[in-house]
Amino acid sequence: MPALREPGARYAPPRVSTLGLRALVLIGLSIGLMVADHRQQGLALIRSGLSAAAWPLQMLVHSPVAAWDWVSSSTRTRHELLTENEALRNTARENDLKLLRLEAIEQENERLRKLVNAAPRDAERVQAATVLRVDLDRLRHRVLIDRGARDGVTRGQPVIDASGIVGQTTNVGPMAAEVILLSDPTHAVPVQVERNGLRTIAVGTGDSERLTLPYLPRNADVQVDDLLVSSGLGGVFPAGLPVARIAEVRRDPSQPLAIVNARPAAALDRDREVLLLWSKARVALPEAEPPPPPVAAHEPRPKPRPAAKP
Amino acid sequence: MIGDARNPRLTLLGTALVALVLSAVPLPHVLDLLRPDFLLLIVIWFALMLPRAGGLVTAWCAGLGLDAFHGVALGENALAFVVVAFIVHRFHLRVRMYPLRQQVLVVLLLLCLYQFLMFWIDGVTGHPLNAWVRWLPVLTGTVLWPVLSGFLGRLLTRR
Repeated sequence: MPALREPGARYAPPRVSTLGLRALVLIGLSIGLMVADHRQQGLALIRSGLSAAAWPLQMLVHSPVAAWDWVSSSTRTRHELLTENEALRNTARENDLKLLRLEAIEQENERLRKLVNAAPRDAERVQAATVLRVDLDRLRHRVLIDRGARDGVTRGQPVIDASGIVGQTTNVGPMAAEVILLSDPTHAVPVQVERNGLRTIAVGTGDSERLTLPYLPRNADVQVDDLLVSSGLGGVFPAGLPVARIAEVRRDPSQPLAIVNARPAAALDRDREVLLLWSKARVALPEAEPPPPPVAAHEPRPKPRPAAKP
Repeated sequence: MIGDARNPRLTLLGTALVALVLSAVPLPHVLDLLRPDFLLLIVIWFALMLPRAGGLVTAWCAGLGLDAFHGVALGENALAFVVVAFIVHRFHLRVRMYPLRQQVLVVLLLLCLYQFLMFWIDGVTGHPLNAWVRWLPVLTGTVLWPVLSGFLGRLLTRR
């Protein structure tokens, strides 16, 4: 590389004297920002402004994928569409049948709840969101969705797909929101074994096919293929949504705790579309793992509710 | 000569935006792990070759942009970028004179420093991730440096 000189610049002595000072000021500023952002969430306005500025670039990153989707969907053959139509009609019929039964069960549930004076279930609202194909961080499991504060999204809102919980929203910008997935190593979700009501916590591992349940004693009653549903503790996720299925239980006689791994129910790394959930009684808690309040612990566990149409 | 370039700031902005986009382009997982820190390489190059156009404030803004773009704690990358840019800026007259293979070594050290700072900040902010894959971009970034350096040099030279 040849020695280079800048455009039109006459020789000036390098200003070493203020360099260190400037660096110190900027480092101080960065640390201040980090503390403010990490501790108090006090930068909501700046963050949402920056996030709005990042939006066009993020859309640019996403656009080739979107264009490819559009091309492949507009060049499908009639035969393919007919086949898909047939399949969808079949599932719709099956779902209608299930819904009929479910309505009866819901009415019965309501009646029984009145009998035991339990609070009625909260109304829920659902909205579909597209997962943008933007790689946020290679080490953490986060995705970007195309709904933001503009659509009423708030921090700590549950995100699900057709088969279970996907994660929850963290940073919410005006146009987009970040979703931290169940499999992120810093995410934990309070769960319950559906078979026997045993409550514990499922922690992400950084592997999108595996959650771990690190707090189960060796003699805990868990078996491979048990379904884990959210317990509703913690106030982020409503109770009864499928979270994962136990994939492995190892009991080492020399260890006090069992080694239990589970496979997430939702297709965490393959989802194109997810659903955002609004439940009335949801308390917005800032942290991913809030201390579970002792409410709702004695309530009967409601049936998992199928994702309503948006 | 780069000295003849018309507007290095515009080039800086353009390349920085491209680097930002490249940092988020969806890639298969394996390639994602190998993805070099494009924006940091750009910042290093400008701090080294055109310190007046791409100084500390530029590095800080670039880091902040990366923070906002990737939704990590604001200031994380900004801090690391400023530290790296400071070192480059401090020694730019010397490092510029180095032969390429020696320059590559310096870049390797700088990228290591950056990863270490990020690792340290992750630890302080309470989500430590001690995965060895964290260090892969250091290698790919170092390999990329001669190419990037040649490309930017050409880009800023009037033909």
